[in-house]
Amino acid sequence: MILVPLLVSLCGGAGAVARFALDGVIRSRWASIVPLGTIVINVSGSLLLGVLTGLLMAGVESSNVKIVIGTGFMGGYTTFSTAMIETVRLLQQRRWVAAGINGIGMMILALAAAVLGLFLGTLA
Amino acid sequence: MPDTPLHLRPIPVLLVFIGGCLGTYARYAVELFGTPWGLPLPTLGVNLVGAFLLGVLLEGLLRRGPDVGWRQRLRLLLGPGFMGGFTTYSTFAVETVLLTGQGRYVTGFGYAVVSLICGVAAAAAGVWVAANLFRVPRVLPPGHSTLDSTQTLHLATPPSTPLAGRETRPTPEEEAEG
Repeated sequence: MILVPLLVSLCGGAGAVARFALDGVIRSRWASIVPLGTIVINVSGSLLLGVLTGLLMAGVESSNVKIVIGTGFMGGYTTFSTAMIETVRLLQQRRWVAAGINGIGMMILALAAAVLGLFLGTLA
Repeated sequence: MPDTPLHLRPIPVLLVFIGGCLGTYARYAVELFGTPWGLPLPTLGVNLVGAFLLGVLLEGLLRRGPDVGWRQRLRLLLGPGFMGGFTTYSTFAVETVLLTGQGRYVTGFGYAVVSLICGVAAAAAGVWVAANLFRVPRVLPPGHSTLDSTQTLHLATPPSTPLAGRETRPTPEEEAEG
């Protein structure tokens, strides 16, 4: 079945464009000591993937939907590599607090968002 | 239209889309291996490899010159495009929560800690490797190091000053305007 990998790829591209656009908008509107765009993207993506996974566990949707939307769109939308390189740049500038917020803070927020999402998804 | 932000220009958006499709497909192919010993090793693997390669890419391009022309197109295709699609934060977060929810607290906590520490180390290693590979003094003005460079943080913002046709790199002050 070639349809699932094709849809995963296209949704991943769409997710990447959504991230690129949202990051650009946030960057142009708000100045912040940390790269706010990546934080918003990764936390919101973790929340939505949590909801999707919760829905799957509750038997509301199929695993192919989970793969196309979860692995495809949410995977393309959120990014681990950018979060890491932005943390390294803050460390290079010796902005320790900002680097800590960007590294540890983002992770705690994303994990909390995933917990909330899973809870909301299994409610359905 | 040099003043239009990159995310509103068709070619940059298309490059990010193409890179995102390819990167997501590569991650999907790796995830097909499943989770050996119940451990989320495919996600950890793509995230660490992606963090390292993004470090190499961004530092390498930065040292070749300003973010315009072919360098900018390559960065958009491979940075926010391919590496953004290849690596994932949402899968990492949900996997960590599910491991913890199964009572595998040590595994879940270890996955989070290893991802963060090794992820930062991998990205820093990538930057270091590129900094040593692309040691090109002629594009770096005296006193300029990567330590004060914020150019790569501005992934979706075009340079605030027109750089095309200029022979020298912008001063750190100009770059900081981003």
